[in-house]
Amino acid sequence: MEFLNDLKDQVSTAYELLAAGWGVQLLWGIGWTLAVTVVSMLIGAVLGSLVAAAKLSHRSGLRFIGESYTTVFRGEPELLIIYLFYYGGTQVLTGVARSTGSIGSADILNMPSFLGGVLAVGIISGAYQAEVFRGSFLAIHRGELEAARAYGMSAWLRFRLVIMPQVLRLAVPGLGNVWQLTIKDSALISVTGVAELMLTANKAARSTHHSLLFYTLAGILYLVMTSISTPIFDKAERYTSRSFTRPK
Amino acid sequence: MSANVAAAAKAAPSSDETPAISVKDLRKCFGDHEVLKGISLEAHKGDVISILGSSGSGKSTMLRCINLLETPDSGEVRVDGELIKMKRSRDGHQMPADIRQVERIRANLAMVFQSFNLWSHMTVLENLVAAPTHVLKRPRAECLEQAEALLKRVGIWERRNYYPPHMSGGQQQRAAIARALAMNPKVMLFDEPTSALDPELVGEVLRVMRSLAEEGRTMLVVTHEMGFARDVSSKVMFLHKGEVDSAGEPKEMFARPPTPQFKQFIANFNK
Ligand SMILES: Nc1ncnc2c1ncn2[C@@H]1O[C@H](COP(=O)(O)OP(=O)(O)O)[C@@H](O)[C@H]1O
Repeated sequence: MEFLNDLKDQVSTAYELLAAGWGVQLLWGIGWTLAVTVVSMLIGAVLGSLVAAAKLSHRSGLRFIGESYTTVFRGEPELLIIYLFYYGGTQVLTGVARSTGSIGSADILNMPSFLGGVLAVGIISGAYQAEVFRGSFLAIHRGELEAARAYGMSAWLRFRLVIMPQVLRLAVPGLGNVWQLTIKDSALISVTGVAELMLTANKAARSTHHSLLFYTLAGILYLVMTSISTPIFDKAERYTSRSFTRPK
Repeated sequence: MSANVAAAAKAAPSSDETPAISVKDLRKCFGDHEVLKGISLEAHKGDVISILGSSGSGKSTMLRCINLLETPDSGEVRVDGELIKMKRSRDGHQMPADIRQVERIRANLAMVFQSFNLWSHMTVLENLVAAPTHVLKRPRAECLEQAEALLKRVGIWERRNYYPPHMSGGQQQRAAIARALAMNPKVMLFDEPTSALDPELVGEVLRVMRSLAEEGRTMLVVTHEMGFARDVSSKVMFLHKGEVDSAGEPKEMFARPPTPQFKQFIANFNK
């Protein structure tokens, strides 16, 4: 009985706090989290396909660069990479701005927090996407690539008509996993001051002293975001593999 | 016989006498394994040449050297009189000098593969129009019309909107033959087209190939189908250990095998 009363109190407190403005803030937080994730995924897609191509190249120099990229960015803690980009970026920007005289010699030009954050998360996401793209390319039936050559297709046509559509099809499930990873990584860029969901929950927890409440709420919201994406990617997979995954 | 024709062509060159395919002294090694030890071949317009030989004798490699899916180490390949230009790379290997030329020539040499190799993310119809529209740059509407006609001809028009993995092997191979025909090729290269098929599906593919031979298509066919070699082709070529062991008119070859190796080869088949 006491427990139920407690719960009722909690719920009404939560309602009051959310109505008092924290609800809107959390919604903004979700918006920023999604923005960071989508932009990071796009940056990661560009980097990931370049890195995958490098790893598949027959030039050993390019292969080395590709291997190093995925080893470093999957091997280092995400938080460390974010700090490196944020503080490193700040130092570089400040140096450049001071030497061109745009700011005084004692001033500091901060790395824009959104830019620094999505670059860092995008680069990490790219390392995982590179693996997905590489695996997808290797899963294409070799004979289909050979047929494309035998029918006089140029390298570009082979890429556009045969490789890219099949890589995309085979990559969808893997990209679903990277999307979830990237949503979670986006929480880390709260350290740079982007008002995404994690930072908003932090702020709310500190200023209302209802830490458990807000962290639980944030936890539920993250779970909703990651689990909503599962059926969406499943649907995408069913669509792109309608010609079906070739029986092995 | 064809040597006489070639000699005549040299004496009085005319477009009719230019061989559709002429291969001279083709050599190819994989590592230190010499797979082709100087192969020559000439195919004239309308020839249907069956290339026989036991497994590993170099039949597929020879066919794949003609459209440069494999790069020969030496020797020359001419298609309709046009020499495929080669150059030496820095490490001494031979390679195509002009990839555009190779692509253009490949488009004239449609290949049919043992494992069909239809593009699995495209419907059958899309498979047939992809290369004609993008490589030959022909108008799409015209390609579609031709594709439908070809699919009717090989008997799978009802499946035009299927994806290849949803069809039987025999249907896929007929679609692949239609894909080759859609290029209006000068020569068709068949690389063991029935070897991956269940026995009951071989007939439907052979029937299509026979009808192509009858309408005068120029075909090089690597095959283990002795019946096709003997009854349909205009010439048989027997490879043994990377060399042309014997070649000639099919009925004659089968009735009186010119070499012990060929005799042994058909004896093994009849067992
Ligand atoms: N890409 C390759 N790399 C190495 N060896 C190969 C390759 N392709 C074929 N070979 C070898 O070359 C020989 C001839 O092969 P192939 O031309 O396929 O013979 P066939 O078609 O007569 O069975 C075989 O011993 C085969 O193992």
